[in-house]
Amino acid sequence: MRGILKLAFKLLVNDRAKFAGLLVGITFSVFLMIAMTSLFVGILSRSSATVINIGAPVWVMDPAVNTVANSIGMPEYILDAIRSTKGVEYAVPLYTGGALLKLPNGKYQSVSVIGLDDSSLYGRPELEQGKIEDIYAENGFIVVDDAEFTKLDSPRIGAEFELNDHRGVVVGIAKVNSSGLFGVPTLYTTYERAIQYIPNPRYTISYILVQPKGPADIPGIERAATALGYRAMTKDAFIQMIIDFYVYQTGVGTNLLVMTAIAFVVGLSVSGLTFYTFILENLDKFGALKAMGAKSHELISMILFQSTSTALTGYGLGIGLWTLLLWIVRMRLADYAAMITYSNLAFAFGLVLIIAAISGYVGVRKVLKIEPFDIFRG
Amino acid sequence: MSTSAIKASGLVKWFGEGEARTAALQNVDIDASLGEMVYIVGPSGSGKTTLLSVLSGILRPDSGSVMVDGVDVWSLSSDKLADFRLNKIGFVFQDYHLFPRLTTAENVAVPLILRKKDWNYAIAEAVKYLDIVGLKARAALFPVKLSGGEQQRVAIARAIVGRPDIMIMDEPTASLDGDTGRAIVSFVKKNILNNNRCILIVTHDSRIYEYADRILTMEDGRLTGIERSEK
Repeated sequence: MRGILKLAFKLLVNDRAKFAGLLVGITFSVFLMIAMTSLFVGILSRSSATVINIGAPVWVMDPAVNTVANSIGMPEYILDAIRSTKGVEYAVPLYTGGALLKLPNGKYQSVSVIGLDDSSLYGRPELEQGKIEDIYAENGFIVVDDAEFTKLDSPRIGAEFELNDHRGVVVGIAKVNSSGLFGVPTLYTTYERAIQYIPNPRYTISYILVQPKGPADIPGIERAATALGYRAMTKDAFIQMIIDFYVYQTGVGTNLLVMTAIAFVVGLSVSGLTFYTFILENLDKFGALKAMGAKSHELISMILFQSTSTALTGYGLGIGLWTLLLWIVRMRLADYAAMITYSNLAFAFGLVLIIAAISGYVGVRKVLKIEPFDIFRG
Repeated sequence: MSTSAIKASGLVKWFGEGEARTAALQNVDIDASLGEMVYIVGPSGSGKTTLLSVLSGILRPDSGSVMVDGVDVWSLSSDKLADFRLNKIGFVFQDYHLFPRLTTAENVAVPLILRKKDWNYAIAEAVKYLDIVGLKARAALFPVKLSGGEQQRVAIARAIVGRPDIMIMDEPTASLDGDTGRAIVSFVKKNILNNNRCILIVTHDSRIYEYADRILTMEDGRLTGIERSEK
């Protein structure tokens, strides 16, 4: 069988124009599919940046919350009630909100402010520069060194700014696991300072971060929050809810899915048609092989090998091309929102195999139909 | 005493249905011996190609039998029939049907590769047979670089590389000029035909009749005449 497959390979590869056409079609298709899906994963990952960076195992929130960015304030008594729930090790408030920051050069910049519980600083980031206790200093803020850091003119410790006519001072530079989705810099401060500096509605607790005593206590905490008219979710469930929101309730998921589908159709059309043309041009040769004694399953193997090997080569080239582009982009934008995961590699691989199968099927049908007698008749 | 290579009797083949139904073969009996070169001649539509196809295990007759080595070819399963064609028959098609994207040697090696022989062995054998047809120097070229006569010789090398008992040539001179056509058939007669092989040739070309051991004439699906060579 190996000799037949080598024969099939040579027949395909030596037809350079067709082979190049097939490869370009599949490579382009895979490139687009992997680009779309990795951008999608990147965006979804960013959408849960606050949840990932804070890292609390259980989050309590208003039931109307869809994403971490659109929190709804909760009254103080909910914090007290959660703290007194069985199985809660401790619970602290978290503030998240947006603000407009005025830089020394007079430029205004939108920022995201996270207010950490004053007594515990639960969810604090890892610092690159400065000391965490300086967050308690007068007007102290910690700036996150992510892709948006330069929008604050890359401040150093001691740099000043104005936030709602309040003076702010950079007391630390932090690094986080995940950058935010909305392209604005992130500042950490204490909860009390955050609600003091930023105009707020009546209730100011955005989330209650809960440390349960053990995993078995989580269902009880969830039930207690529900009984209070609120919702408690594990970190993973919260991230999934945010992902579901962006996938199903915004245009992001649909648009990227449509683009991925278009990439698939383009790849299928180009490779399918090129492969079909290749088969048509060689149909009499396949008929001659049949006349000489090639069996149907051998011809099927040849065609499937041709379509699959082309598809897999195109897959490798497409992935390589996107990886190269990502590498080049990241030399300029270190936090570019695209992630190649095993899942989207597998997804693109699956779609490429479908392209190979459909292209191969079209060829197989044509070849199986040809009668060796037609070769004699001319 | 000559040994029978192929013996067919009572071959009937119909094409079409209803009023369009025509008999391509009508009760045809034919036999050919090893060491014999037999021509099947006749006007277009007389059933020559149909007869060749039935004899070579390509087209199933409506009735009749084709015996090779004591086996009725048409009693075989489709896979066994394919094996029969692969092992017993060497084909030279009218348009050669060489693979344009394979080298001359790779083209010749195809029957051996279909027999699952090692690639390198198949290529080495192919080069040997290209040497027999005088084209060893052309082994690495693609068919498009060869003349019509050379392509015909490559097709002959491909037909005999598996050492088949029966070689079938369909209009071998149709695409060649008179001199080249005669040279090819003369070459086949001198170098390819031997006591272990029978060659069946369908042709219109009366200029090559002189090389036949026997000429069978067909008309309207019937054998109408048998002429033996005087030589």
